[in-house]
Amino acid sequence: MIKTGVFILFLVLNLSAIAADDPVEFKNPELQKRYYALIEEIRCLVCQNQSLADSHADLAQDLRNEIYSKVLAGEQDDQIVSFLVERYGDFVLYRPPLTKNTWLLWFGPFVFMLIGIIFAIILIKKQSTNKAVPTELDEVQQQRLTELLKKDIKRDKE
Amino acid sequence: MLRYLLPLGLFFCLVIIFIYGLQHDPRQIPSPFIDKPAPAFKLSTLHAANIDVQLDDLKGKVSLLNVWASWCVACRTEHPLLVAMAKDNPVNLYGLNYKDTREDAIDWLKQLGNPYIESAFDQTGKTGIDYGVYGVPETFVIDKEGIIRYKHIGPLNKQDIDNIILPMINQLASPTS
Repeated sequence: MIKTGVFILFLVLNLSAIAADDPVEFKNPELQKRYYALIEEIRCLVCQNQSLADSHADLAQDLRNEIYSKVLAGEQDDQIVSFLVERYGDFVLYRPPLTKNTWLLWFGPFVFMLIGIIFAIILIKKQSTNKAVPTELDEVQQQRLTELLKKDIKRDKE
Repeated sequence: MLRYLLPLGLFFCLVIIFIYGLQHDPRQIPSPFIDKPAPAFKLSTLHAANIDVQLDDLKGKVSLLNVWASWCVACRTEHPLLVAMAKDNPVNLYGLNYKDTREDAIDWLKQLGNPYIESAFDQTGKTGIDYGVYGVPETFVIDKEGIIRYKHIGPLNKQDIDNIILPMINQLASPTS
């Protein structure tokens, strides 16, 4: 009984925590969609592995407000993004642009995949050459085989 | 032989990459402001709501702009160093009081000393956003023309001040630079 009570209490507390992050309402659903898409794409600088949409940090709230008023004022997505990049650098973007600095970030995984594939091919080739056993029997082996078979047949007859 | 040396070699490559990675603080995000003009601001001063302080007030001398707040715990460790630095060196030190209340901030300065020529009162944090502030305290070195030359994120320590900040101010202040 107490357990259930505690559980319900936690649920209620949890709900109030969610409610602290007021959902933002726009009159125009198009703008609302753009706003939510934007805050998903921008990284919170205080808690770096969260987007602005996820973060409860003070700065995230300020930046959300900033983006909200900019969307309302009719600014385009790229204007808002460049406003943030000018101030916080490419780091605020979850998908940073392709530049000299981010080359490794974008293509590094493919380079490592290529190295892996090359290794795999070399290993497979090595193994298959090691296991190459001659399929034909030479004369001596053939003779032994017939002898063994004959013995077997004899034993069966007995 | 290669069978054993190759994995060992790869392992050491990884170790070197990890050592390199560990020496870099992921919170130190390179500022896009270096060698760019400092964003203009015009705010009331912390002590008087009817007096303005603006970027132009900083120009003409090499300045430090230190972003601080009374609620900021790390600022407390940095502050005595700023007080000492301002006492021993003729530094053009301005403060940007970030998302604070006048009352708390003025109390804080009364308790711990006021090293700033003036503190701008950025209650909404808008100027903070313009300067890309995300972790108080932050310190900007701004040259005579109002160009940002350096940004330090987090509290300054004695080494930072003696080995980076002060030499940089002297170098930027010399007429040849």
